[in-house]
Amino acid sequence: MARPNSTSLFSAALVGPALVGALTKLDPRKMIKNPVMFVVEVVAALTTVLFVRDVLTGGANLAFSGQIILWLWFTVLFANFAEAIAEGRGKAQADSLRRTRTETMAKRLKGTGRDFETIPGNDLKVGDVVLVEAGDIIPSDGEVILGVASVNEAAITGESAPVIRESGGDRSAVTGGTQVLSDEIRVRITAAAGSTFVDRMIALVEGASRQKTPNEIALNILLAGLTLIFVFAVASIPSFASYAGGSIPLIVLVALFVTLIPTTIGALLSAIGIAGMDRLVRFNVLAMSGRAVEAAGDVDTLLLDKTGTITLGNRQATEFRPVRGVTEQDLADAAQLASLADETPEGRSIVVLAKEKYGIRARDMASLNATFVPFTAQTRMSGVDLDGSSIRKGAVDSIIASVSSQPMATRGSGAALAYSPGVADETVREIQAIAEDVAKAGGTPLAVTRDGRLLGVVYLKDIVKGGIRERFAELRQMGIRTVMITGDNPMTAAAIAAEAGVDDFLAQATPEDKLALIRKEQSQGKLVAMCGDGTNDAPALAQADVGVAMNTGTVAAREAGNMVDLDSDPTKLIEIVGIGKQLLMTRGALTTFSIANDVAKYFAIIPAMFLVLYPQLQALNVMGLASPESAILSAIIFNALIIVVLIPLALKGVSYRAVGAGALLRRNLLIYGLGGILVPFVGIKAIDLAITALHLV
Amino acid sequence: MTINGWIQIALFCAVVLTLARPLGGYMTRVFTGERTFLSPVLAPVERGLYRVAGIDARQEQHWLSYALAMLAFHVLGFLALYALLRFQAVLPFNPDGQSAVAPDLAFNTAASFVTNTNWQNYGGETTMSYLTQMLGLTHQNFLSAATGIALAVALVRGFSRASAATVGSFWVDLTRTTLYVLLPICVVYTLFLVSQGIPQTFGGAIEATTLEGAKQTIAVGPVASQVAIKMLGTNGGGFFNVNAAHPFENPTALANFVQIVSIFAIGAAMTNVFGRMVGDERQGWAILAAMGVLFLAGVTVVYWAESAGSPVLNGLGLTGGNMEGKEVRFGIVASALFAAVTTAASCGAVNAMHDSFTALGGMIPLINMELGEIIVGGVGAGLYGILVFVIVTIFVAGLMVGRTPEYLGKKIEAKEVKMAMLAILCLPLMMLGFTALATVVAAGLAGPANAGPHGFSEILYAFTSAAANNGSAFGGLTGNTLFYNTTLGLGMLFGRFFVIVPALAIAGSLAAKKTVPASAGTFPTHGGLFVGLLVGVILIVGGLTFFPALALGPIVEHLAGGLGQTFAAGG
Repeated sequence: MARPNSTSLFSAALVGPALVGALTKLDPRKMIKNPVMFVVEVVAALTTVLFVRDVLTGGANLAFSGQIILWLWFTVLFANFAEAIAEGRGKAQADSLRRTRTETMAKRLKGTGRDFETIPGNDLKVGDVVLVEAGDIIPSDGEVILGVASVNEAAITGESAPVIRESGGDRSAVTGGTQVLSDEIRVRITAAAGSTFVDRMIALVEGASRQKTPNEIALNILLAGLTLIFVFAVASIPSFASYAGGSIPLIVLVALFVTLIPTTIGALLSAIGIAGMDRLVRFNVLAMSGRAVEAAGDVDTLLLDKTGTITLGNRQATEFRPVRGVTEQDLADAAQLASLADETPEGRSIVVLAKEKYGIRARDMASLNATFVPFTAQTRMSGVDLDGSSIRKGAVDSIIASVSSQPMATRGSGAALAYSPGVADETVREIQAIAEDVAKAGGTPLAVTRDGRLLGVVYLKDIVKGGIRERFAELRQMGIRTVMITGDNPMTAAAIAAEAGVDDFLAQATPEDKLALIRKEQSQGKLVAMCGDGTNDAPALAQADVGVAMNTGTVAAREAGNMVDLDSDPTKLIEIVGIGKQLLMTRGALTTFSIANDVAKYFAIIPAMFLVLYPQLQALNVMGLASPESAILSAIIFNALIIVVLIPLALKGVSYRAVGAGALLRRNLLIYGLGGILVPFVGIKAIDLAITALHLV
Repeated sequence: MTINGWIQIALFCAVVLTLARPLGGYMTRVFTGERTFLSPVLAPVERGLYRVAGIDARQEQHWLSYALAMLAFHVLGFLALYALLRFQAVLPFNPDGQSAVAPDLAFNTAASFVTNTNWQNYGGETTMSYLTQMLGLTHQNFLSAATGIALAVALVRGFSRASAATVGSFWVDLTRTTLYVLLPICVVYTLFLVSQGIPQTFGGAIEATTLEGAKQTIAVGPVASQVAIKMLGTNGGGFFNVNAAHPFENPTALANFVQIVSIFAIGAAMTNVFGRMVGDERQGWAILAAMGVLFLAGVTVVYWAESAGSPVLNGLGLTGGNMEGKEVRFGIVASALFAAVTTAASCGAVNAMHDSFTALGGMIPLINMELGEIIVGGVGAGLYGILVFVIVTIFVAGLMVGRTPEYLGKKIEAKEVKMAMLAILCLPLMMLGFTALATVVAAGLAGPANAGPHGFSEILYAFTSAAANNGSAFGGLTGNTLFYNTTLGLGMLFGRFFVIVPALAIAGSLAAKKTVPASAGTFPTHGGLFVGLLVGVILIVGGLTFFPALALGPIVEHLAGGLGQTFAAGG
């Protein structure tokens, strides 16, 4: 899949098909979806018919009429081209996706045993269970019901590092087209052929399933209304002219009409929408509807999970808490020794803390003649062996279990509870008490032991991500309230919330609390965005206006959200909001520009048009255009060319900066409002000079 | 232009601004049903009226019921007025023996007064009986004004309420507006006008013998009471044919000043009502500021153009201001100010003949009306008119802050845009459509008194004034014909109700929405930026449509005048 690179807007590969697309889109059945451009097409077709008649009967001023009609068609074609090129960019991405969807064979299981039949992936039905072994491509979307495997999801995420998929828990969803690298899993199919995740992605990025968003519909109504107003303005002119004792050629009226109606935004509107979706895709986020992208721009409240979004996933040592009879110094010394070769951030933070707080200099492993005992999933501890003594640090329950020499029969978080009372002594209870304290304060306790003797606990604390505070300040400036969601107790949550600079927090949050919070915000008329991955996040994801499901999450979560982040990076929510805003801003800016353009067009065409009736109106020709014909032609050429000039802006979007709405408005109004009034004066004059020099009229 | 003139204009603005807040505060109390200092006297009357009419004052209406009540009320009012006009000859209070009004003129007049237009295709003192003037016309002057205010209040409720199904009760709004706002002010105002010398009598016309021994008939009647409401309610229908230029309708400089102020008083205060009801007075001031910018620009041009005088005469060496068609008593500044105010608000009373203004001086009243009477505007109508433009402005530019456009916490979506565009579409269709018709059919071409662009302006002005529900006449046009009575009457009815009903639909739709609390990301709508933007959108969306028509009327007339050219009849 295409990485978010800076593909050139007008590469040959895109322009070729887009030119063809511009022509095929002339089909009136397609054009009617865009009222403004449809009107231009109808007008162009009618004048063409009249022109042909005039050519046959030998009408006057054919060269002028011919050129106007030519530019009318160009106006329509440029609009189609804009849409085609936006779609083309999506198609390039869709094609790379489609390549992953090669026909795969599936091993459909016949029963609960390992008996399977090999059938084409396309024949799978929802509910079938398939076996996927190392090296196999997962035939369709599904849920792991048995086993654990590492899966390469590069096909959809572009990320080559394999991810773990296992039954139960929040990592159970697998996507068709991804490859199992190790082990084997049994997958229950959840999507039939043609409606898999990748299929939907392809449809979305191609714009095939694109529907008009609410805001787009409203904008279309406005544009249709403006078009009607200009119908009245232009249709009444022949009567007025006849009162003044003359008449205005139809082609001139047509030219005035087409330049006045908002063709610029009408031509670029759908390209803007497609490009907005495309920007998200380039960002590895899939929006299930354009509506969701728009809603992202409107978000008032962001719910952010603490871990991974606000704080680093890994914690840092901030304190050593020894048991009675052990000094902090001893504990620090042992903890540092155990961590010397530990390259994890937690391990390094212990070494640093011991050095900074107790002046224990980091020692060299080799000179100590120590051997490092690395962390394994079985032992869940690490440490060193040196001079016959062994130092270990690790999860509290594991350390206690190891001290009690109990066989590690069971693993997982239940182990602490299963701890045998055989070694019940004061120290163990004390360690557990300290660990509980630390946990309560929102930290993670790490027990340290030396030669089977419990020394104490290292307090690992959550560390707020660097720069996140500034991000939240930016969001605040954008008018967005941030709420931190955490399972921590309120005191810890408050401390972290204050440190991170979020506006509010929800502590000891259950999925129900999350849902209730979203409902409460929405009842105040606010739009809420959140991200989540677990099945228990699904109701909240569905309730939120923008629910970003992590690609690593469960099928339920992915179905509930209206966006999927392929990189599973919850921080992205902030960028998603920015992209939504950019989409709306681009629309607003080009609409403003389009409407503001009318001032200059009036001044170009009105004096030119009425000059035959009243020569005095020459005074209104403020641009000093050479002749009535050149003035009208210049206006219509400008009207067509401005579409092409603005295609890059429509595709890239208006630059967005996180400043207050007032400052943003002032800036955009200056560029697109005032610019929209002034630019056509310059543009039309320049075109007039050019066509006069070329003797086109 | 003189310092004295500018001081008069400045004084006018200052008085209007000073009145806006206290009057707005009082009216807010009235519309929210709170007690006012008049309640001890009026509350029993109000309750009595509801009891007689069988109205439950606490029963609020959905926007559709509100609209239907309003329409039903107007249909009945229209029929009653039409009947009165047709039967006035056999009804009492007709000392001067006026005969029945012709059917087409009766239609035009009924439409005119029901819609708050008060276009007069008749001479009041020579056509209408006292009963018609008082029971028919003055009565509609109150009710059409009260309707405008009620409608505006309903729309404001759309903004100020959240998740509500109703927008108020038309019957209650109408009653309270009339009883607590219009009547008390008019009583005091009438007494003031009488003190200035305006007649208020049921006696018939006075016969006088002039110094030369000729007989002169001096029309009098219950003038003061009608003048009070015609100004305060932005109706504009005068008792006498020459309206506020008549010494009995506008006797003194003070009366003239107070009359101009009273045209703007309620309209300006409505913006304050709006601000108060949505909980942020600044929002009201911002709207008034946008109106103010457009008004000052207009009044400056009129004053300048009239002071500069006719370019044709200037070219002949006759310099000085244009006094044609102006009362010497009032002079240029008071006439220019009156013209700008009466067309900015949809009053239509005149103290000078707009037909005789210079081309540009006459163009400003045209533009004021073409924008849809939103510069202060008709009482209530000005507010709902400009709010429709606000919706379009917010929708276009609001996107530029990167959010779905919101105004006062209400999201502006497809339905609001659709209704706003319907309301905006109506005016150019009526104004340009009927003008286009009148400039090609013989019956239409028979109307204008002048040839060339000025004749065109006369026709354009008539339909613009009708559709905008202004009622001022450019003069020069012979309007009392079957063609003009019918087309102008239709223009007035469409221009009124095709704006009101969409505005009510917007009110209903907005009231049902939640109110999103403002944040730093919200489009700020109380500052200069918004005011400038609103003015820009009004001029570009509302005004540019008329550029071709204006170019063929006043603009070319002005340019030709500068070249010393005039347009003779027949070419």
